[in-house]
Amino acid sequence: MAAETGHDVLGELMRGSLDHCVKCTICETFCPVSNVTPLFPGPKYVGPQAERFRVPREESPDASLDYCSGCGICTQVCPQGVQIAEINTQARAKLRKRTGFRLRDRIIARPDLTGRLGTPVAPLANLMLHSRLPRRIADRLLGIDERAPVPAFAGRTFQAWARKHRSPPAPRRVAYFHGCGANWYEPDAGRRTVELLEYLGCQVDVPRGQGCCGLPLQSNGMFEPARRYVRRLTRRLAPSARHGIDIVGTSTSCTLMLKREAREILGLDDDPELRMVSDHVYDICEYLLMLHDRGELRTDFQPLPLTVTYHAPCQQQGHGIGKPALDLMALVPELRVIENDATCCGVAGTYGLKTEKYEIAMDVGAGLFAQIAEARPDLAVCDSETCRWHIEQATGVRTVHPIEILHRAAGLSGPGH
Amino acid sequence: MARLRAEVLVIGGGATGAGVAWDAALRGFDVVLVDRADLAIGTSGRFHGLLHSGGRYVVKDVVAARECVAENAILRRVIPQCIEDTGGLFVTFEDNDPGYGDRFLAGCHTAGLPVEEIPVAEALRMEPVVNPAIQRAFIVPDAAIDVWKTVWSLADGAVAHGARVLTYHKVIGLHTEHDAVTGARLRNELTGEELDIDAGFTINASGAWAAQIVRMAGIEGIGVIPGKGIMIGMNHRLVNTVLNRCAMPADGDILVPIRTISAIGTTDIRAADADEIPVTQAEVDQMLAEGERLVPGLRRARALRVWSGVRPLFQDEKAGGAEVDTRDVSRTHAVVDHRKRDGIAALLTMSGGKLTTLRLMAQDIVDAMCEQLGTDRPCRTAEVRPPRNEDGRYYQVGSRLAKREARLLDEQLICECELVGRERLEETMRARGTINLDDIRRQLRLGMGPCQGGFCIYRATGILHGVGRLSGAQASTSLLAFLQERWKGVWPILYGDQLRQARLDDWIFQGLLDVEHLPETGTGAPAALLEEEPIPA
Repeated sequence: MAAETGHDVLGELMRGSLDHCVKCTICETFCPVSNVTPLFPGPKYVGPQAERFRVPREESPDASLDYCSGCGICTQVCPQGVQIAEINTQARAKLRKRTGFRLRDRIIARPDLTGRLGTPVAPLANLMLHSRLPRRIADRLLGIDERAPVPAFAGRTFQAWARKHRSPPAPRRVAYFHGCGANWYEPDAGRRTVELLEYLGCQVDVPRGQGCCGLPLQSNGMFEPARRYVRRLTRRLAPSARHGIDIVGTSTSCTLMLKREAREILGLDDDPELRMVSDHVYDICEYLLMLHDRGELRTDFQPLPLTVTYHAPCQQQGHGIGKPALDLMALVPELRVIENDATCCGVAGTYGLKTEKYEIAMDVGAGLFAQIAEARPDLAVCDSETCRWHIEQATGVRTVHPIEILHRAAGLSGPGH
Repeated sequence: MARLRAEVLVIGGGATGAGVAWDAALRGFDVVLVDRADLAIGTSGRFHGLLHSGGRYVVKDVVAARECVAENAILRRVIPQCIEDTGGLFVTFEDNDPGYGDRFLAGCHTAGLPVEEIPVAEALRMEPVVNPAIQRAFIVPDAAIDVWKTVWSLADGAVAHGARVLTYHKVIGLHTEHDAVTGARLRNELTGEELDIDAGFTINASGAWAAQIVRMAGIEGIGVIPGKGIMIGMNHRLVNTVLNRCAMPADGDILVPIRTISAIGTTDIRAADADEIPVTQAEVDQMLAEGERLVPGLRRARALRVWSGVRPLFQDEKAGGAEVDTRDVSRTHAVVDHRKRDGIAALLTMSGGKLTTLRLMAQDIVDAMCEQLGTDRPCRTAEVRPPRNEDGRYYQVGSRLAKREARLLDEQLICECELVGRERLEETMRARGTINLDDIRRQLRLGMGPCQGGFCIYRATGILHGVGRLSGAQASTSLLAFLQERWKGVWPILYGDQLRQARLDDWIFQGLLDVEHLPETGTGAPAALLEEEPIPA
């Protein structure tokens, strides 16, 4: 947005991409949501079709668009380059301006805030989160489905660990963007990432005070706070980028937010700091594979006689980088990797947590869950934390980030890990 | 031969004729409205959809401007459901006459047109795609008007007051007796049958075709210069306010958001024949170049369709010479009284005019008829709302989306681009009783969206067949006729996205359905469906 005129050029261009739609219906055949429920009229309908009927001065009449999970598959598969998911996300933000935001959405869209509140009282908070009665109350009062997976607070933060940790000097230097998931819920996953990167010859900076990237707010239609969050995070990561240090992230949807979505969907493309950070952000598997392609990755991994399934989450696919986790895991001797070809697990960040959408999310994921069950793996592997929690809950199979596999193969996880 | 009687015969089912029929029926006359094809498919159905505030005329033609100011306010009151209250922007550019902005403001004050100058930054906030190089911006009460909704509302209103509407009935002769027109002979264009109408009075509202009509009563010396204007419909609403270049009227200086599209217009080229108005690529190119100045990037936006219409610009040999530039012919209307001019009574012709003043035109000509008939019946069209406008609310673009939302789970969507559901389609097919998919198109906007019928028209054909009105062969013919008609509006703008769409549509119809080799097409099909050119009133 040009500050002086409020001239939303990018928004107009994105909206303008609806011109490319030739009605081919490919997006509808791929949409995981409209394939399981008639409540969502489908990406072609709510995107390029309905958008022609939306006028700024009129109220948005089509509340059904809220059933879009925001997985973004439609945009990925569109052969014409229509930014379907982006058009829809913007329409949802406008719809929410009219309908207002539910308390539930305000809560689940702020993992940073819930993490901050829950961590000091982790045992009590976890008891509440995983007991039937409080969950039932949260279901009825707030609309957070009592069956939906919610992570447990670790009670300690990754940032606290990182402050005490000193990364030894190494020829390569990277900054680690850990995201809310690693900080509040999975600090061990964050630690493993740092250990692996160090093993692979990197000195790892952990920029202080990294907060939420704003993605959950954005996907719940709260654009203003989402912009504040992503700008704040950007300020924390910018010094690294300014020094030419690459930033790697394990939270694949959050790295996508920094790379592309905040610029395109939130209209922040002319924020110079964000652009600079964007240019230096990598999904961690993307980064490691890039090192490997250059011949700069240690590949002396130990044999790992396990069977794992791998599901590339939708947001990871949004990077347009293929499936680097598969290439990396192929470097591990004796590891048997079964690639899942189902499109979406259904949870789509916060979508599957909502009472009115939980069953849709389970139906969307049914294909993936069946594939995992059939494979009877030792572990399931997936790059996105909310997807991992959802898959683990649905299948009962422990689900990990690809980095955990490499960490084991590097001999860094002691027995019992 | 069948014979009908009526007090008033109205020839021409465009905006003027429908307005006259509504006006006369409201005054208690027994009216028959006839058109050689469907309603509003000539000039009326081929304009850009702008309800003028008067701004376009304030500098050049203050009489026309004043008429627009008054009529704009009245139409907003009586047919609000046909109007979207977009408002209008007039913007000046550096290379325009620098004094024009001030003359425009002064002209607005003279014409009584409410106008407000706003800062350029505010105009750009309102309409982000407008050329940021604009120098000044003025807001006026322009609006978008749906001509088909308007004409059908007026015609249905007339019918509710006892009028009869005969579409696809062409006037092939006027009856005269003792120097007065007493009726007309009509031919049903679908069946070929002829019938006579005895009419106490005849009003010629056939616009660009008016000279052909009066010639049937032996009247010569009236000429209509067909002033051809082309318009390009862009795939979506690039603007939500009518955008006008604030300068002397010229080509390609208006962009109108009309329902789901925006139409850029127009040109003004003298045409030889009102029925022969092909669009050339050079005209399209010129229009896009002008549009690019209003909205940079317009050339890259998707053009949906191009169409042309003819303005009925009258020349009367008895009244004066011939102007060369059709744009210099006044846009105001006049009633031609053939009793005074030619000694032929009971016949009036409406000359000139524009859609915005259709109500006033109707009032003037029906007043003139009353005067000739020696009766005093006051006009009521400024107060009475015709059907489907009763709630007094303006049209909302999102209304179809809202209706669709309510029927999401239980109604099949047939036209995906314009959101036409199956129930509405079947109802309209039954109510209209037409076998022509193009008639259905105008009523419902079926097939008027981005894919231009590519994904809906074969569905609609099957439904039309299923509703029971057509044989298989007739349905196939109807499908082909629709495709031919659509193609005419698409080929001159085949570039970019619309070219891709056309290739996909072509693949569906030729590759998948092999429409050119459907069995039994042409047998038993009404001739009107297979005519090469559209058949305006």
